[in-house]
Amino acid sequence: MTFINYAAREINCKIVYYGPGLGGKTTNLQYIYSKTAPERKGKMISLATEADRTLFFDFLPLDLGTIRGFNTRFHLYTVPGQVFYDASRKLILKGVDGVIFVADSQPERMEANVESIRNLEENLRDHGFDLVTMPLALQFNKRDINGAVPNDEMYRMLNYKREPTFEAVAMNGLGVFDTLKSVAKQILVELRKR
Amino acid sequence: MSLARMEVYEEEFRHLEGSLRRLRLDANAKAVFLIDRNGQHIAAAGDTDQFDSTSLASLTAGNVAATDGLAKLIGESEFSVLFHEGQRDHIHISIVARRAILLVIFDERSSLGLVRLRVKRASTEMEGVFEQMDQKSEVGAQGEPEPSPFSEITDEDIDALFSE
Ligand SMILES: Nc1nc2c(ncn2[C@@H]2O[C@H](COP(=O)(O)OP(=O)(O)OP(=O)(O)O)[C@@H](O)[C@H]2O)c(=O)[nH]1
Ligand SMILES: [Mg+2]
Repeated sequence: MTFINYAAREINCKIVYYGPGLGGKTTNLQYIYSKTAPERKGKMISLATEADRTLFFDFLPLDLGTIRGFNTRFHLYTVPGQVFYDASRKLILKGVDGVIFVADSQPERMEANVESIRNLEENLRDHGFDLVTMPLALQFNKRDINGAVPNDEMYRMLNYKREPTFEAVAMNGLGVFDTLKSVAKQILVELRKR
Repeated sequence: MSLARMEVYEEEFRHLEGSLRRLRLDANAKAVFLIDRNGQHIAAAGDTDQFDSTSLASLTAGNVAATDGLAKLIGESEFSVLFHEGQRDHIHISIVARRAILLVIFDERSSLGLVRLRVKRASTEMEGVFEQMDQKSEVGAQGEPEPSPFSEITDEDIDALFSE
């Protein structure tokens, strides 16, 4: 839910990174955190298991500067991708303005990718949202691994509505900011439509 | 209020801040925060500088959301109040007007009973303000819409955000 504070002249938007377990959602946030100037970011919060799997969420507030005199902030969240955390995953989608779907390019994770998109669709619906109209970007992550599923094949299986799609290697940052920008733009364009 | 957007205007913002300031004084609290249920910071009063309000907002909303999930699991609609007791500082969390979260941080200079009492009064006040906000956005949605500063956003504006 976009939160516009006219008194403080602030716009706050919420972006959620979704996708199967170990796909690289947390890694996306870590990279963004590491490359963002201190005055443009808040603290990154990771509620994780001892094995570094996301337990509830990661959170990173970004301050992108002003647009029409309004300070524009994006709150980035990741969900826990492991299947059995579905209840927590659903909670994080509350009030979401845009989704980045991080897909894993390993052949053995294709089923998990597909299942996760279905799960996203369903969990959004429970909040009264429709993935068809939700700002969305698709990221094919782990393009660096041997035997990565070819791009066009992934697109065929995972593309939902011809959303902008990006190849990525989140570990070293390839594609990370492009994906984020794409969704941020879509959200601001929605704002313009009103 | 639409599902997709919450807007706070100057007037209501001042009212909310006023209620928070009074609550802070009356309850003898260190700081009070008003947070929307999605984790956005709305307003605050007191010694807010010593706290990271953005992190507080996000974690509080996560906490409330998780507790709500628990409530539903056992057939309750919600747990209306959460209390976390620390060695020095304590946290009182409650829901205002079904959509916002009131967080009160206090220490031994206050007490749970006092905080409870004062939170009740402040909540009633703030509920009125939220109703007023709803009326405003309804008027905006049907009749004369307030001119939105965002209808004029250009692609260049958006690109500029990411240029640095
Ligand atoms: N080879 C390769 N490994 C990656 C890439 N991105 C992330 N990883 C690794 O994949 C593992 C899982 O990454 P996370 O970012 O924790 O995955 P996640 O999606 O947050 O997982 P959950 O929290 O369980 O949902 C880590 O060991 C990362 O280092 C990538 O682009 N290439
Ligand atoms: Mg993670």
